[in-house]
Amino acid sequence: MGILDFLKRKPEPSAGVARERLRIIVAQERSTRGGPDYLPLLRNELLEVIRKYVNVDVEAVNINLERDSGHEVLELSVALPEGKTGA
Amino acid sequence: MTEIIVVTSGKGGVGKTTTSASLATGLAIEGKKVAVIDFDVGLRNLDLIMGCERRVVYDFVNVVHGEATLKQALIKDKRYETLYVLAASQTRDKDALTQEGVEKVLEELAKENFDFVVCDSPAGIEKGAHLAMYFADHAVVVVNPEVSSVRDSDRILGLLSSKTRRAEKGEAPIKQHLLLTRYNPNRVEAGEMLSVKDVEEILGISVVGVIPESENVLAASNAGVPVILDDNSQAGHAYKDTVARILGNERPLRFLDPVKKGFFQRVFGG
Repeated sequence: MGILDFLKRKPEPSAGVARERLRIIVAQERSTRGGPDYLPLLRNELLEVIRKYVNVDVEAVNINLERDSGHEVLELSVALPEGKTGA
Repeated sequence: MTEIIVVTSGKGGVGKTTTSASLATGLAIEGKKVAVIDFDVGLRNLDLIMGCERRVVYDFVNVVHGEATLKQALIKDKRYETLYVLAASQTRDKDALTQEGVEKVLEELAKENFDFVVCDSPAGIEKGAHLAMYFADHAVVVVNPEVSSVRDSDRILGLLSSKTRRAEKGEAPIKQHLLLTRYNPNRVEAGEMLSVKDVEEILGISVVGVIPESENVLAASNAGVPVILDDNSQAGHAYKDTVARILGNERPLRFLDPVKKGFFQRVFGG
């Protein structure tokens, strides 16, 4: 800090960005935590197969593992790009 | 009964060893019989922070392998007579520690009527970190207000509730304590650093203490005196409060407000 500091433009506060990024990644990692080790591999292979037919983004495949008492639900969602359904 | 506390974090360099040393010393100040164990096999450091590096003759691995007795390996602290240090080995053999070996040492410490055993975990989530947390009753998860440290802490919190003896045996879960270190209230106010509230919300757990960033921490390491013994530092006082809270006493959080700079500092810098 010095006498000429007021001339410099203040950078955007970055803590808010950090907070939002962490919220998303922590929630995502928690949703797959404790699941079988093959989940990431399964996700990648599914992505490969889907890409044979539709050009989707890496982030388009979402795998969610939910546990209720006694049973587990593997939820899979693929976001298809707009306007490209059907060939 | 002997209570086992693991000091862990996932990420390296966030202040685990500093915390282990101050926590163990703080518990000894309160009259408890305490052993602090360095689990970082190959990278011994706790002895330096505790200031007993020249008195290490036998280490943790020697005891596990039966090359020395526990009594021979425990280094008695020069300041507090109920405080003992068990140094890590400098061996490069990663498999030097085994779960059975660690359990044997912990059982022996229980027989010697130790009130607390503080396990200073290595960074990472490999075997050493796993062994440090496996038998714990309490976990102090050290986190910095910084993205990679927060994310790693969440990972560690997950492991604590699934990969420990208490979790595997279906016993009462480990008591988790989140300790925020290297906190800089001025930078938080400027929007440059995650706040206590941010970290608590992201991880879904409240803090047991907040240690302000302090030059005195480096000075304490330099001297081999745990920073909790530095009465002139905020970090020392914050560690004392943290120890009191872990022992079940209530203490308000301190040192969270920005320090206002004086007129001359603002004009001339510094």
